[in-house]
Amino acid sequence: MDDKIQQYRYGLRDGVPIGLGYLAVSFTFGIMAGQAGIGVLAAVIMSLTNLTSAGQFAALGVIQSGAPFMEMAAVQFIINLRYCLMSCSLSQKMAPDMPFFHRFLISYGVTDEVFGVSACREGNLSPYYAYGLISVAVPGWTFGTLLGAVSGDLLPARLLSALSVALYGMFLAIVIPPARGSRVLAGVVAVSMAASFLFSVIPLLGGVTSGFKVIILTVLIAGGAAYFFPVEDEQRGGAG
Amino acid sequence: MNRSVYLYILVMAGVTYLIRMLPLTLIRKEIKNTYVRSFLYYVPYVTLSVMIFPAILSATSSVWSGGAALAVAAFLAYRGKSLFQVSTAACAAVFVLEWLMDLL
Repeated sequence: MDDKIQQYRYGLRDGVPIGLGYLAVSFTFGIMAGQAGIGVLAAVIMSLTNLTSAGQFAALGVIQSGAPFMEMAAVQFIINLRYCLMSCSLSQKMAPDMPFFHRFLISYGVTDEVFGVSACREGNLSPYYAYGLISVAVPGWTFGTLLGAVSGDLLPARLLSALSVALYGMFLAIVIPPARGSRVLAGVVAVSMAASFLFSVIPLLGGVTSGFKVIILTVLIAGGAAYFFPVEDEQRGGAG
Repeated sequence: MNRSVYLYILVMAGVTYLIRMLPLTLIRKEIKNTYVRSFLYYVPYVTLSVMIFPAILSATSSVWSGGAALAVAAFLAYRGKSLFQVSTAACAAVFVLEWLMDLL
């Protein structure tokens, strides 16, 4: 029992940067939802039920154009397919006997950030740790949407600009420490960033959505790393 | 209009949830294949790195403050600071730098 509470607390603590970063991003989303003519309540419900940034931004355009529901489903599928890859990776961090209801609940909260923090944690993932993260992430995302939709100038531009790097800072705090102790991981991180940069400057690749860019590069780079540097069992679990 | 907005939201929430939920519920056993295990082990490092760079440079109102956030966060992360410390220091770097740039 104590361990569950402890794990939940760790999750809350590590969730703070997620909540702050989400506040900034969803505030912008709220403003755009307001401009798109989607009601405040609908915008808030969308954030609460979807918990995804790129998918929600894209959805505004789909709704405005009055496209068929199938188109909405296809757009969300393409943009959010990266979560499938993340859930596959996360499945190996869960104890095989973890009950289904935990799996159903955690699934709701598999965002880029919750995944990143959970996947790079040592050992098996405690569902309570994930719930801690989600308990901060969801209010940040939903409340930011509300603020943006109600009043677009409630948060000063400079504060928003500063908060918008919270998630990137967190990502760096996740990938750099293990890369310090492992040349292979350091190489993987460097190659990934370089490839992502190339993707953004090569005009031919400019039309690829951000979700697909993540999928393509992950399959190529993680696939290559797994082929050339297969991981032994002792190395797993973030011990590197 | 309003009713159909909620139908759209239902569709997108359903699709997104299924994408997240199916792997977590269908893959319950430990995967034995070394190649697949290694692949899944590398996945978070690649996805997060791809998302960090170069996006961080265009996240703020100036490429300089974004670059400063990258430098500060990378340095503190290398020194083993916590998620919270690295993240807030990156925010603070942006805030201070943009304030200074406005003064000049």
